[in-house]
Amino acid sequence: MLIKTTIEDHRIAKLAAVAIALHMLEAVIPSPLPGVKPGIANIVTLYVLMKYGFSSAAWVSMLRVFASSLLLGQFLSPTFILSIAGAILSLGVLRLCMYLPKKHFGTVSLSILAAFAHIAGQLIIVRLWLIPHASVAYLVPVFAMAALFFGLINGVIANKLLYNETSTIDTASKNNQH
Amino acid sequence: MRNLLHNINSAIQIGDWCVLTAGIILVAVLFQQLWSHQDATRVQIRHGDRIYGTYSLNQQRDIHVQGAMGAATVSILHGKARFSQSPCHNQYCVHQGWLSRAGQAAICLPNQLSLELIGETKPYDSLNY
Repeated sequence: MLIKTTIEDHRIAKLAAVAIALHMLEAVIPSPLPGVKPGIANIVTLYVLMKYGFSSAAWVSMLRVFASSLLLGQFLSPTFILSIAGAILSLGVLRLCMYLPKKHFGTVSLSILAAFAHIAGQLIIVRLWLIPHASVAYLVPVFAMAALFFGLINGVIANKLLYNETSTIDTASKNNQH
Repeated sequence: MRNLLHNINSAIQIGDWCVLTAGIILVAVLFQQLWSHQDATRVQIRHGDRIYGTYSLNQQRDIHVQGAMGAATVSILHGKARFSQSPCHNQYCVHQGWLSRAGQAAICLPNQLSLELIGETKPYDSLNY
């Protein structure tokens, strides 16, 4: 039996593979604070969003979350739930960002807003389920600062990939890794 | 580093600056709101899980509290509080010294007494053994 696939499916699969690779790379890098991560895989999400539209970006993002968690052995664990909560909320925010005027709001805006949404989704899960205690509030400023910082950096990188047009996705993956 | 700054400059449009500025303000406000160590206004003394009493910190007073081992003394002095005398053996509670910020606590396990400082809004839900 053969499933018919379109060119778009292939593209999504390729881009998701790049995102998964970046996610894996990041999983190896030790983090000074548990939970604070650059989220470089989101560069791919942004790239896809700007280039191919929202539904492709949603596919890439979701495939990345599921596949990475399977590869890292975290499927259905709290880490996975946090990951998917962050992804869903940031996709929601990105969907709303589509209504922003393109002229003034670029990739960097989307990246920062999505990063905040991501961390908000995770903190909501942490507060409601993992650590149902008011002291979680102490973590919020640190995570928000990290989201702002990495959101900015990721946005700039995504922007560079999009508009310095030597970028096929192949060079894109190389650029991301240094 | 210079290269990075150049990239940031060329990538950012006017709306992005707005988002970035709003983000910085948000982070600053979050730090200020959630990390401010607010001064306490009251001290709550507990014996086991029972509240023995809540006293204003705005006074100078020694309170003698009967614990599981015997009487302990809690001193209040203009905005701060401490265990100044306790019948317990290790005296950890006494050595903890003055407490002045909301959310701080001193616990004497052997004597089953605890102090918790309370601000205008209570940062913790509860304090349990």
